[in-house]
Amino acid sequence: MRALSYLYLAVLYGFIFLPVGVLVLFSFQEGRLPVPPFNGPSLKWYAQVLGDRDLMAALLNSLVLALVSSAIALVLGFLAAHALARHRLPGSVLMRGLLIAPMTVSYLIIALGLLTLFNRIGLGPSLWATGIGHVVINLPLCFAIAYAAMGDHHISAERAARDLGASEARVLWLISVPMLAPPLLAAYFLSVTFSWDEFIIAFLLTRFEVTLPVEIWSMLRSGLSPATNAIGSLVFLVSVVGVVAMELFVLRKAKA
Amino acid sequence: MTAGVDIRGVSHRFGTHQALTAIDLTIAAGEFIVLLGPSGCGKTTLLSILGGFVQPGQGSVWINGRDMTHVSPKDRPTTTMFQDYALFPHMSLLDNVGFGLRMRGQSRPVRNARAMEMLDMVGLAAKATARPHELSGGQRQRVALARALAVDPAVLLLDEPLGALDLKLRRQMQDELKAIQRRVGTTFVHVTHDQEEAMAIADRIVVMNAGKIEDVGPPQKVYLTPASLFSASFMGEINLIPATPNGTGIDTPLGPLPLGSTAKGPQTLCLRPENTGLAGDIALGPARLTEAAFFGTHFRCHFAPLAAPDMALTAHLPQSGHPAIGSTVDLFATSATLLSA
Repeated sequence: MRALSYLYLAVLYGFIFLPVGVLVLFSFQEGRLPVPPFNGPSLKWYAQVLGDRDLMAALLNSLVLALVSSAIALVLGFLAAHALARHRLPGSVLMRGLLIAPMTVSYLIIALGLLTLFNRIGLGPSLWATGIGHVVINLPLCFAIAYAAMGDHHISAERAARDLGASEARVLWLISVPMLAPPLLAAYFLSVTFSWDEFIIAFLLTRFEVTLPVEIWSMLRSGLSPATNAIGSLVFLVSVVGVVAMELFVLRKAKA
Repeated sequence: MTAGVDIRGVSHRFGTHQALTAIDLTIAAGEFIVLLGPSGCGKTTLLSILGGFVQPGQGSVWINGRDMTHVSPKDRPTTTMFQDYALFPHMSLLDNVGFGLRMRGQSRPVRNARAMEMLDMVGLAAKATARPHELSGGQRQRVALARALAVDPAVLLLDEPLGALDLKLRRQMQDELKAIQRRVGTTFVHVTHDQEEAMAIADRIVVMNAGKIEDVGPPQKVYLTPASLFSASFMGEINLIPATPNGTGIDTPLGPLPLGSTAKGPQTLCLRPENTGLAGDIALGPARLTEAAFFGTHFRCHFAPLAAPDMALTAHLPQSGHPAIGSTVDLFATSATLLSA
């Protein structure tokens, strides 16, 4: 019975990680095609990828886009959550619904809507436009996480801070934000991850400065190559570092 | 710092619920006032109005001669010790206690020195770098007190701060609160529903019920000569006997009693159990002992007066013993209060 459970575990993890494992393995392929038989290992595709200026520019774009758009989404989401959790506002149920609604809309629809809107107001496709798109998709997430995390003990701590002479801005910055740090950081890292590998919005809303997923897609159009595996592995590595960092700094602290 | 508080004609309603009705109360500087009453009597609402967390619908609040009715909590010379302590979990005790000074623009060395002084006063100087979650309930309590007093408020508001502690710790904290209040001289306004706690710490007790003040006075006065029936029964166990003035005294189910009353209309005779017994100035007539139980400091006995067998009078008899159950004795009272029914 015990052996069976372990077998199930192995199959389960295999199912999840085999594709990634194969991707990483064939990024070390010596030959020109990322298909068996494996010959190598070789780092030449990594050298090529890291030497590719377009690819590196796209990677940098993606990174900046993810970090900045997530920060904006987090600030806006947190402020909205705080306002709706603390104050009785007219139509707050409706507002909450409207804030979360974009989560249920497909990225394609959001992208098409933004494309139409930006064309109408004369803001052409650009990294900025994509950034706005990513704020649109990540704001509901940040809002929902922050809103769910706000509890009664936060309210009384905020009240105590006000009682001791803190202005609203200082209550937010010195009390609410630090007390909610674990969920807020979790929301931020999740947003960064979503923005980092988002394709449809970036594809429709960028033109010259593209993000990494868009660049990878254009690489794929010229056929399979271990270079795509290599860049894919790098993307995966960044995500792993992000998750490990979150585990170390956020979740561990939350337990303490 | 210390200051007097003047509450003038304060009324407040939450929706359709009238929480406070025409409250007038003057508190002297340096006084330890306890707002006492059952839950829902409006005492916490009144405290919130003093702290600035609730704006009264009518009336005004004056602190140190200044109208504070519409001043926000952060600009008031009051601080609050909250029921759930409301310590900042992400800060050390030192930073918790120093927070108010930080908000007042004090430099770190100044506020740390002051915070250490306050922590020392509550006996927690050795734990200055600890976080709140490392402390016991009683210790958190002390930190909350130190934090509220660190900014040297004119008035300290205490919202049922001892409610979550066990009996022994509560008694100990009552003594400490009283001692600290004497030391710092700040005006304390303390809310509780526990009449023993009120008597243990208060200079004056304000008994509240259904949004109104029933009685105000020193513990002894409120206990021995309550101003209202509610106050009389809330302050402790009491025998209530209907009475009617008859010109020279009163008529009661026990028979006529020689207690003078100038009041008209139906009255209620109030007898504390410890003032009722086998000797005294006021003869209550013969009664049969129906039940007795030993309570440590006294025997708690139930008597059925022969004149009114359906009535049960409670009396506290000395530890030394009680008459046999079923026997008939003459009951007396050493003091009694007559209130309008």
